[in-house]
Amino acid sequence: MAAYRNYVIVWAVLLMLTAATVGVSYLDLGLWNAGVALGVASFKAALVALYFMHLRHEIKLVLAFALFPLLILGLIITGTLTDTLYR
Amino acid sequence: MSNEGIATTQPQPDYLAARGFRSWAFTHDHKRIGVMYLITTHFFFLVGGVIAMALRLKLLSPGPALFSDHAYNVLFTLHGAMMIFLFIIPAIPSSLGNFFIPLLIGARDVAFPRLNLYSYWIFVVGVVVTVASLLRPIDTGWTFYTPYSAQSSSAVTALSLGLFLVGLSSILTGLNFIVTIHTMRAPGMSWYRMPLFIWGMYATSVIQVLATPVIGITFVLLIAERVFGVGFFDPAKGGDPLLFQHFFWFYSHPVVYVMILPAMGIISEVIPVFARKPIFGYKAIAYSALAIAFIGFLVWGHHMFVSGMSTPAAVIFSFLTFFVAVPTGIKIFNWIATLYRGSISLDSPMLYALTFIFLFIIGGLTGLFLGSLATDVHVTDTYFLVAHFHYTMMGGTIMGLFAGLHYWFPKITGRMLHEGWAKQAWWLIVTGFNVTFFPMFILGMQGMPRRFSQYPEKYQPLNIVATVGSWFLFLGILIMFANFVRSLRSGARAPDNPWQGLTLEWSVPSPPPVENFEEIPTVTDWPYGYGSRSRSGRDE
Amino acid sequence: MHKGAPVPARLGIWAFLATELLLFGGLFTVYVVFRLEYPELFHREHLKLDRVMGALNTVLLLTSSLTMAVGIAAIRRGRQWVLQISLLLTLALAAGFLGIKYLEWSGDFRHGLFPESNLFFGLYFMMTGLHGLHVVLGMLVMVWLLRRARRGDFSDQYNTPVEVTGLYWHFVDLVWIYLFPLLYLIG
Repeated sequence: MAAYRNYVIVWAVLLMLTAATVGVSYLDLGLWNAGVALGVASFKAALVALYFMHLRHEIKLVLAFALFPLLILGLIITGTLTDTLYR
Repeated sequence: MSNEGIATTQPQPDYLAARGFRSWAFTHDHKRIGVMYLITTHFFFLVGGVIAMALRLKLLSPGPALFSDHAYNVLFTLHGAMMIFLFIIPAIPSSLGNFFIPLLIGARDVAFPRLNLYSYWIFVVGVVVTVASLLRPIDTGWTFYTPYSAQSSSAVTALSLGLFLVGLSSILTGLNFIVTIHTMRAPGMSWYRMPLFIWGMYATSVIQVLATPVIGITFVLLIAERVFGVGFFDPAKGGDPLLFQHFFWFYSHPVVYVMILPAMGIISEVIPVFARKPIFGYKAIAYSALAIAFIGFLVWGHHMFVSGMSTPAAVIFSFLTFFVAVPTGIKIFNWIATLYRGSISLDSPMLYALTFIFLFIIGGLTGLFLGSLATDVHVTDTYFLVAHFHYTMMGGTIMGLFAGLHYWFPKITGRMLHEGWAKQAWWLIVTGFNVTFFPMFILGMQGMPRRFSQYPEKYQPLNIVATVGSWFLFLGILIMFANFVRSLRSGARAPDNPWQGLTLEWSVPSPPPVENFEEIPTVTDWPYGYGSRSRSGRDE
Repeated sequence: MHKGAPVPARLGIWAFLATELLLFGGLFTVYVVFRLEYPELFHREHLKLDRVMGALNTVLLLTSSLTMAVGIAAIRRGRQWVLQISLLLTLALAAGFLGIKYLEWSGDFRHGLFPESNLFFGLYFMMTGLHGLHVVLGMLVMVWLLRRARRGDFSDQYNTPVEVTGLYWHFVDLVWIYLFPLLYLIG
């Protein structure tokens, strides 16, 4: 039952964070709106990945498979931006 | 561990024994799947080659000839798309990779045999949809740049869908290979005791898994542009045509390393065997494969220097492009060092391997002119570029493929090739190739642009030379294929180990039994212990 | 003793998820490029989306991840019934998600907002559309899993297809975790 309990706790945190981001979105914080929203989203994503997807207890090789593609994603975004932002 | 050619005494059925359509269409055997890919991809090689012959015939004349300019545009689009997506990308990985990865690592099959079969089915469906797009032939060039590809009334949508499926097939194959190499190596086969072909295939598979989805979403976006009127690439709707190019080349640059890394892996196998010498610089060659794969992801913008990209981006991409030459050069120096003081036998696999090194050096070095901004402005989209990529893709990958086909033909078919015909074909191919493509470097520097069916008269003499060269090249390839077919029926029965190789595929009968190995071997050494150096001193 | 999926299966599904990350990644790249180029367009248009419906969808998907995770934990302990109920609940929540999506999209169409209307809505429909397609595919796989579960195919010794599907489903949830703020909340 312990495992189920952990999942429910993570789920509850996720719901609270969702409520928080929605609430913040009604305020005008300028550029910080994006920062907060994406930051919270990333924290939620980390919770899902670590707990629901079991990455917290995974072997290093699987972690590498999970993380390395993020680097490649970062590459396509930054590479494209070096062009589109500086024309 | 002895790998001498001991014929098996057990009458285990070989993988070709079972008969009938269903035994092929529903097989889980990686060897059969590899053979099916081999036949399908080489069919398109021949079709693409015939189209090339037609293109070269037209180019004998500077003005109108044979067929219309529009037909010319359709034909070079077909030539490119067919050769790249239906032949050269899958050729080595899906056929030789499928057949030999399990054998070389001492496994009975790949990690996901059913997925392997489904990958082939998806490939076939993709091929059919792609060919169906011929009903409204496409003339955009194989690069499908927007806005033309978004607006053209030709079957761009169907072609995109077909190629999406072909790409999906290669993703699943790459995924299968990665997991296979990580988890199914025979006991004792540490990473540093793996054959270098496996290192090359591993790097290739990583690229396939990470880069191919980007062309997938590119095709999806192109279809959305055409069908739903979405305007991401349309300037009239605020979109950016260069965005298409970024996405297209983010895949299509790494994919050239999907093409070359397996071929380089084959060279790393063939040279030690036919020089009877351990490979020089095993770790350097292994790591350089990974380095090429990684650096290959950083340089895609060098296809876009004159498209309107920002200057800072152009400078960065040009700078990064030079780095990919380093691991490539490392491989070439190591192969040459392997040959030095080797006991070289010039059998047909070795002839193709040596040809690879020579032609790929030319192809690779000419890439530097294209990677430098100032010179690129002059030579990009001219015949210089056409020559460069034919020297790397044909002089490189295809020569490597031919080396692999000649090297492994006995294992796959159980027959030896007729060496006489093989060598004759090789002479024609090498001579024909250079006579066809070397003049194109000159034509490009003189200013002849690519993808033009008509050209100023001053370019005609070299065009005639190139076309004549293409006849020798094509004849050589036909003789090579004729040799394959003929040897299938009348070649001498192949022993287990005709070349006295040390990799594991030579320890099983030719052709291999269904389950590959009677008993999974235990590996105690690297597979390059030729001559007096039987211990690598490099294990981990 | 509860066994999870063997290493090759986990490596395989994570490699597949890498491809999905890059597939959606292309759309995220388009988003970043155009958001930086057309900030007013994005701000103006994103207000036409219903934040509450988006948040509700987020809750539905997060809960479906919970039910999926519970189902996997259950079958690792051999609890057949809990697995089946979890799969049913996940399916129901996914269907709810699609239902709300349908309401949103039909509402947008009624207001004359289509993929070709402007770059923001082009992105909105493409991103939520591709995501929705993945939800549908996930549901189809779960129906198949449910049938196998009812046949008793899974146990504490063998539950690989369930775990693999779970990882896929969590990934679908992850994509939405980013889509929601990017499309609905920031402009």
